[in-house]
Amino acid sequence: MSDCQLACPANPSEQFLRSERIPHIWCPGCGIGTTVNCFTRALLESKVDRSKLVVVSGIGCTGRVAGYVDLDSFHTTHGRAIPFATGLKMANPKLNVVVYSGDGDLFAIGGNHLIHAARRNVDLKVICVNNMIYAMTGGQTAPTTPDDVTTSTAPFGTYDPAFNLPYLVEAAGACYVARWTTYHVRQLAISMKEMFSKKGFSFIEILSPCPTLYQRRNKMGDGLDAMKFYKDHSKIKHGCPTSEVALSKSGEIVLGKFVDRERPDYQEMMNHHLQEELGSRYVEMKEEALCS
Amino acid sequence: MPADPRGVLTGSHFLDGDHAACEGALAAGARFAAGYPITPSTEVVERYASRAPLVGGTFIQLEDELAASIAIQGAAWAGAKAFTVTSGPGFSLMMEHIGLAAMTETPCVFINVQRGGPSTGLPTLPAQADMMQVKWGSHGDYYVIAVCPSSPQECFDLTIKAFNLSEKYRVPVFVMLDEVVGHMTEKVVIPPADQIEVEPRHFTAKKPGEYKPFEADALGIPEMVKAGDGYNIHITGLTHDDRGYPNMSPPMQDKLVKRLRSKIIDNAEKIWMYEEQDIAGAEVVVVCYGITARVAQRAIDMAKEKGVKVGKFRLITAWPFPDKPIRELAARVKAFVVPELNLGQMVQEVERAVAGKAKTVLVPHAGGSVHRPEDILKAIMEVAR
Amino acid sequence: MARGSVSIVVERCKACGFCVEFCPTKVLALSSAFNSKGYHPPHMVAPDKCSGCDLCGMYCPDFAIHGYRLPKEAEGAEPPKAAQAESKEANDAR
Repeated sequence: MSDCQLACPANPSEQFLRSERIPHIWCPGCGIGTTVNCFTRALLESKVDRSKLVVVSGIGCTGRVAGYVDLDSFHTTHGRAIPFATGLKMANPKLNVVVYSGDGDLFAIGGNHLIHAARRNVDLKVICVNNMIYAMTGGQTAPTTPDDVTTSTAPFGTYDPAFNLPYLVEAAGACYVARWTTYHVRQLAISMKEMFSKKGFSFIEILSPCPTLYQRRNKMGDGLDAMKFYKDHSKIKHGCPTSEVALSKSGEIVLGKFVDRERPDYQEMMNHHLQEELGSRYVEMKEEALCS
Repeated sequence: MPADPRGVLTGSHFLDGDHAACEGALAAGARFAAGYPITPSTEVVERYASRAPLVGGTFIQLEDELAASIAIQGAAWAGAKAFTVTSGPGFSLMMEHIGLAAMTETPCVFINVQRGGPSTGLPTLPAQADMMQVKWGSHGDYYVIAVCPSSPQECFDLTIKAFNLSEKYRVPVFVMLDEVVGHMTEKVVIPPADQIEVEPRHFTAKKPGEYKPFEADALGIPEMVKAGDGYNIHITGLTHDDRGYPNMSPPMQDKLVKRLRSKIIDNAEKIWMYEEQDIAGAEVVVVCYGITARVAQRAIDMAKEKGVKVGKFRLITAWPFPDKPIRELAARVKAFVVPELNLGQMVQEVERAVAGKAKTVLVPHAGGSVHRPEDILKAIMEVAR
Repeated sequence: MARGSVSIVVERCKACGFCVEFCPTKVLALSSAFNSKGYHPPHMVAPDKCSGCDLCGMYCPDFAIHGYRLPKEAEGAEPPKAAQAESKEANDAR
């Protein structure tokens, strides 16, 4: 045992990591690990019951988060973390279900599930790491890739318009919508903490560098260059209308908490309605309905 | 253990197969269902939607079959017995998640009320054309269990059996109805709850830290836990080790996929269900399943009147395929006649088991109605000569 | 004079430079040493300026560094050498 363990407290993230699996697979300068630090700080600050916290991810670089956190974690299929999470949550509402996935997974193949879960206001905490690319598979165009950048499937440059994620998610019905970057670690941790005490479909978009593919192919430098870019080009505008927060290749990055509203979550609506309709005949699904 | 009486509609009922299957699920303890409307299966979840809130269950109609087929797996890992319901086109959409359930060894049930295909096909008319798909439709080598009811009563009984097999073998199980069995109305007797045997989930007694989600017992089956109990499990569709951690190496692939196979194939004799009728001394055996078995019975009776020694081998489990009893029969009989509502699917398994030791004759039907008994009789008479 | 210090897990570092760049008091710089992967891990070049704010820890995508406050009695004393764990456990596990 080195002197370190005797003299100093452990890294706050360590208790939430499957340390035997670290070092992880993410590239030098990738921001996903940074988001995990913010996540662990938020967990500690909000005193969430760790045994009831479940992380569900899809496929992609961000999807690998599930494999590194020492919590009940599920690495599901591409785009389908949200319906899996919905099944978990509806079968046992006592679980605190976090969906941790990437922009392509959540908004391309998973887009349909995302809008319906937001519409229903299913009580899920969705952390979307947006690196504007499909990184794991080698750097293909994503629905968030800005105009006029090169990707492996757009060798002559992109011309697909990109989604404005906060706008889409708000329109679909989410009750909490925020955007930060991996540079804004303190604000991000606070936002995640807020999200834990929010009931309903909550969404945080986190801009994060992909140095190996997005940055390198577009001669934008490395991860650190991206972080400096976020620092210099970000503007915090809490409550900004989400229609005005679209991103572009090198324009202003609007950050902040855009939406924070109260709506009954899906479970509440379901129970309330069935209670009204059925009265004493309604048997709410409780833990004894689960196998034991 | 006995069934939970709250989900058991004890009594003598007049139900169609779809409705009976729903009651079977409830009797088995299913308290979560996710579905998407598709003819001719929709009645199963429509009934569940009206029954679940009265018995402490939850139903959610999701946005598509992709969502439904994975939501039930989330519910399963939360601790619920869960199922979904579909037909051909929806079944095709569910394929990726069937592979996920097999790979993560998630107990759950899929009910497929088969209809004419391919593609949109015949939404309101029967076929038995998804039989190979249930075994081979998802990518990779995976092994599942599939049962085929021939009556609404069997829709009730076999759905309970499907849940029980799912819990015992930690595997997705398929109830393969067809549109006729699903929509025919017959007497269904639902016994008192204490007479219905329900397999409990095989939870581990190990403590967190000792338990590994994919550590197999002597039968090749790992124990289960549920999310929220402090086990900090990691479940992934990637090739993984006993701890569930991704390990994408050829030796791990070999070990894992072969165990998933032997979990079912090595236990096949315990899983097989089939009905044999007049097999001793038979010259011709009709191998049939689902609604076709009902039609074949008529053909068999007609053949017996003409003096043919004909027996019936009714598949109740289609997968794992009961090859051993068929192989043994092949040494003693002249021919097998295989009527099915498709252009030749389970007949391939029969041929494989028979291995040329007897004749195998397919009586195909592209779907849309049931066979005419005369067509099956014709095949029996031809091979009996 | 240092109110805090850092602990570095050398073998985890991928030399991304986040901690060096974003330390508010410029305590860190990449060293000339190598870890076994060939990366230059950071080291404290101005340890007395460390406040233990743990921004480095929050930034580090590789969980290779974190900052901590020193107990009050230690303030004003000679700052401890930045603890450099070789992360033998991580190496053994692989």
